[in-house]
Amino acid sequence: MSSTPQISPMARIEQRTIVDMISHGKRIDERSLTDYRDLKIEVGIIEKANGSAQVFLGKTKVMVGVKVETGDPFPDTPNEGILTVNAELVPLASPSFEPGPPDEKSIELARVVDRGLRESKAIDLEQLCVEAGKKVFVVFVDVYVLDHDGNLIDASAIASLAALLNARMSNYEIRDGEVIYKPGYKPLPIKNRPITVTIAKIGNSLVIDPCLEEEQVMSARLTAAIEDSGRVCAMQKGGMEGLTIEEVKAAVQIASRKANEIREKISEAAK
Amino acid sequence: MFQEKRPERLIDLNGSRLDGRKLDQLRQIKLEVGILDKANGSAYVEQGRNRILVAVYGPREAHPKHIALPDRAVVRCRYHMAPFSTEERKSPAPSRREMELSKVIREALEPAILSEYYPRTTIDIFIEVLQSDGGTRCAAITGASLALADAGIPMKSLVSACAVGKIEGQIALDLSDLEDKYGEADMPVAFMPSFNTITLVQMDGAFTLEEFSKALDIAAESCKQIHEMQKTALKGKYLSIKEEVEKEESEEAGE
Amino acid sequence: MTLHVEKKQMVAPGEIVAEGGYFAGDNVYKEDDKIFASRVGLVEVVGNRVLVVPIKGCYVPYVDDPVIGRIVDVGMSGWSVDINAPYPAMLPASETFGHRQPFPKADLTKIFDVGDLVLAKVIAFDRTRDPLITVKGPGFGKATSGRVVEISPTKIPRLIGRKGSMISMLKKETGCQIMVGQNGIILVSGKSSENERVAVSAIYMIEREAHTRGLTDRILEMIRKELGG
Repeated sequence: MSSTPQISPMARIEQRTIVDMISHGKRIDERSLTDYRDLKIEVGIIEKANGSAQVFLGKTKVMVGVKVETGDPFPDTPNEGILTVNAELVPLASPSFEPGPPDEKSIELARVVDRGLRESKAIDLEQLCVEAGKKVFVVFVDVYVLDHDGNLIDASAIASLAALLNARMSNYEIRDGEVIYKPGYKPLPIKNRPITVTIAKIGNSLVIDPCLEEEQVMSARLTAAIEDSGRVCAMQKGGMEGLTIEEVKAAVQIASRKANEIREKISEAAK
Repeated sequence: MFQEKRPERLIDLNGSRLDGRKLDQLRQIKLEVGILDKANGSAYVEQGRNRILVAVYGPREAHPKHIALPDRAVVRCRYHMAPFSTEERKSPAPSRREMELSKVIREALEPAILSEYYPRTTIDIFIEVLQSDGGTRCAAITGASLALADAGIPMKSLVSACAVGKIEGQIALDLSDLEDKYGEADMPVAFMPSFNTITLVQMDGAFTLEEFSKALDIAAESCKQIHEMQKTALKGKYLSIKEEVEKEESEEAGE
Repeated sequence: MTLHVEKKQMVAPGEIVAEGGYFAGDNVYKEDDKIFASRVGLVEVVGNRVLVVPIKGCYVPYVDDPVIGRIVDVGMSGWSVDINAPYPAMLPASETFGHRQPFPKADLTKIFDVGDLVLAKVIAFDRTRDPLITVKGPGFGKATSGRVVEISPTKIPRLIGRKGSMISMLKKETGCQIMVGQNGIILVSGKSSENERVAVSAIYMIEREAHTRGLTDRILEMIRKELGG
């Protein structure tokens, strides 16, 4: 069951400062309304994983590990590999995270990141088939939030894509339905690089990449995933209030303009 | 296990879809209000082959007390599918999808509920999908608005919802389950019609920016149609009592 | 100043009712210069105040409201009472007659115990505290006999009628004692169970048809027919 969240610990005058500043085009960390925070991406930090990435987006820190294993295909897609995304909001990341099974926030986070990857067909799953109906490769994308300072969705999506681009699986050939590993590595069959951009509505303004305090003040957020061709492949509105039709359209426009910037940074880091 | 075959085409040469609809047609919708006795408010929605029951309890005392908010009601929402609601039996345990939908549905309704009127209480919305055929979250939101209004919960506005998608390259309204599965995009939208406010929008698939803009406009228009049906359903019960009673009166007067 | 609907028109939440210099009454809210309905009900205009008489709504306690409630818990210094509101009511022991403080718990259950029905009055309620009720006063206290009827609290004004016209007529025609709680709970006690039955029927009929015209006459007719009076 989903419940109205508890009130944010921010005092009213602090909230008002943020809203007032934004109505004048300024943010508390001196960014413009359409700037991302400083973005740093490191890949290949966890050697035991097939692929990994760590993203620092402002003070938000997210780590993603990619593991590739073999498994049974789904019955309705017998010749496709499997992509599965999971997210953990581990307690060390924020005073508001508690240990326990995934709650609605971590489930929404995982599913939104998953949607961007899946709908853009970022991974060519048909190339991950070993034997149709019997065995396929399963790509596990595990999102680990390490420090929550806002906009976990974008940070997680950036880290997931970077980790997938970084991932290497052993060369293999298939003989009699068995995987025979050969020396050397090859990358995953990545065919698209979806970029997820989150925009928050604060007062009457739209701001990109809300930090934690901005998230506590925002009335709603819209996340849009943009694939290589510029098409929108996933969207998710969140928050306690609504957005006008014009605001939704404007937000998607902003997202599509920003996506390339982020895509280049990821490609650069994952080289 | 039942295996669905992929249909050869989703749209035939006459522009008709699998169920005979045109691209811009909603499935048939039936709305009933106040059908459960114990709940404070309730509604039943049929949309195509979807069958959804919604009950609202509240505002009521918050249990346990510590979840209460000092200045407004806590809204709780549970979207749940019955095990027999889908082609393949669904386990009764809440799935990740149900948890996500519970959240987005709650967030679709929160802006419309005047929760400041009842501090330290809970308003509970229980959605049970009895049969599922695509677009259940929209039908659930439409039904939940009715159940909330039926319970006498003060609301800023009703919330109306419907989905727009893309099948075989064309924008289509209110996708069924098969169309969603084999189509190219699906975008559920919830709207407060008199306020031009969108309270839910999700999308999966692929839309160009132009297609997305057009689809959003179509969704908003269809939500307005559904809004009219909701108002009729809410007032219907009472208006028919009024008619019945005043008809008797004028018959007696005429005697 | 424009009225967008007619008086007595039924409206749904979010429908615009009026615009301009009107004031917002119950069950409507004002945004910018416009007044919208917040509940399903019938529009009424009183001077330049616009309001909606709701079909349904939960009971919100007001000071001086007579209420009928069920004792659900006995505490150290009073009782917790269910008055059919979103908040449990507190009946402090000091609000009963003729007992001195402090009270050992055993004494309290001798006065009222879990399961008892009490007729009471609201003496305090605000947004930060649960309602406080009292049983001091004539006619208040434990109910020992009669039939309990529960209707939507929004229909109580109709049950009472203008200047009590409906409820007086009911009491007279059925010969029953009828205690009406503003919280939608009513206690009916009459000489015979047949009289009680007809009174109860009349109450449910009023609930169902509260929004129609000519109700008082129809109720009178029904009672006379049933009781052969």
